[in-house]
Amino acid sequence: MNNFKAVVIGGSAGSFPLVVKILSSLPKDYPFPVFLALHRLKHIRNGFVEALSIKSNIPVIEPHDKQQIKPGIAYLAPSNYHMYVELGNTIALSTEEMVKYSRPSIDLTFDTASYVYKDKMVGVIVSGANTDGADGIRKSKERGAYTIAQNPDEATIKTMPDAAIKAAQMDHILTIDEICKFLVSIKP
Amino acid sequence: MEIEIDIKEIRTLVTAIKTNYGFDFGEYALSSFKRRLSRILEVYKFENMQKLTDRVATDKPFYELFLKEVTVNTTEMFRDPSFWKKMKESVFPLVKDFPVIRIWHSACSSGEEVYSMAIALKEAGLYDKARIFASDINEDVIAKALEGKYPARNMELNGFNYEKYEGPKKLNNYFKTNGDYAYMDLDLLKNVTFKKFDLVQGDQFQRFDIILCRNVLIYFNLPLQDQVIAKFAKCMSLGGFLAVGSKETIAWCKSAENFSTFSLEEKIYQKKI
Ligand SMILES: C[S@@+](CC[C@H](N)C(=O)[O-])C[C@H]1O[C@@H](n2cnc3c(N)ncnc32)[C@H](O)[C@@H]1O
Repeated sequence: MNNFKAVVIGGSAGSFPLVVKILSSLPKDYPFPVFLALHRLKHIRNGFVEALSIKSNIPVIEPHDKQQIKPGIAYLAPSNYHMYVELGNTIALSTEEMVKYSRPSIDLTFDTASYVYKDKMVGVIVSGANTDGADGIRKSKERGAYTIAQNPDEATIKTMPDAAIKAAQMDHILTIDEICKFLVSIKP
Repeated sequence: MEIEIDIKEIRTLVTAIKTNYGFDFGEYALSSFKRRLSRILEVYKFENMQKLTDRVATDKPFYELFLKEVTVNTTEMFRDPSFWKKMKESVFPLVKDFPVIRIWHSACSSGEEVYSMAIALKEAGLYDKARIFASDINEDVIAKALEGKYPARNMELNGFNYEKYEGPKKLNNYFKTNGDYAYMDLDLLKNVTFKKFDLVQGDQFQRFDIILCRNVLIYFNLPLQDQVIAKFAKCMSLGGFLAVGSKETIAWCKSAENFSTFSLEEKIYQKKI
């Protein structure tokens, strides 16, 4: 499959090992930016990026506000901020109210990313403990994005992928290994 | 069902506001501005952007309300405790011998940041020589700051931040709880002056030794960020300190040439001498 521009992944703090697995399977010169909207332990600002970086083949960074978006970099939503994709190929951060008890909110990253990338975006929802992400993936789907949920049978916590599958007709329901393979196979 | 907002509709609204009231939202960051518009459409039950635009353009009181609704006012006491620690350990020692320490909170929201500063200064024995100026574009949040009354449930996070800041006391030394509210010790405001001030259009002629501009630049585009930073550069003493939010940076602004980096980690800059 081709004609993509960005990958967006949502999950809760517990999805950490899955995200590590995905990042370690992507090649060094991955042709897309990867946005990671992951719930985080509250008010722990440091350590997450470092932990994700160890096994990742692409750099993982917590972006600053208005940072330029580049392919081959994973952008992790910083603690206590929502991460938005802004028009003009930059990232914007926001301290708006929590959404579904979450900041960063998966819904908001998916909403803003799909507004910009439309059918050029791949959205993935993995294991997680609340329904955050469901509204975001539904909107993404309405805007033409390609949507994937982790197979709830495999997810350690099913609530998040279950809610996503309920909210919109997913293009794929896959195991983590299949998600990795798919993300490697897609082309710009 | 949420209404999908088109960029063109946003531009029309921005132009209408500029024409009627002279305020320019054109350089506000689009994604969060759009989100605030969605919220306003929902809360005030507008069918579409056209209706909202008409109302804003023709109804001045509603425009005033709109201004307050589009701003994001979330804040905490001792937000980013490591920032406050840096202030205490590295910045305060450099200003402690000034006869007067002039401080400006340039987007103070409901005042949590101002109380944090007052507490930190007090604990450092510097409060009496501090003159604190606190401003925001939104008068409602300034009124809250002056009242010093916060939902009691917020104090847990505020107290947690204060602990991580390693304050010498307990935060509850500085407030009393009564029912659902915490009431701040208003003595902390003795040297504080609040004023409505718009960072986009306003000009500041006083001089400051420390300026805090935290978590407001994120709502602006780069050119507007640059413009605001340039204004700060003009009203700071040489060697004065400018602090932005922990995920903001002035590195991409041209006006950054007026500053050197004092703490990269905590986003504290120093006006070049
Ligand atoms: C998220 S709060 C930041 C509060 C505090 N500085 C902090 O970091 O916790 C942003 C504040 O910026 C204010 N603001 C937005 N646009 C402004 C402008 N043009 N001039 C002055 N203040 C503005 C809003 O009203 C809001 O209170």
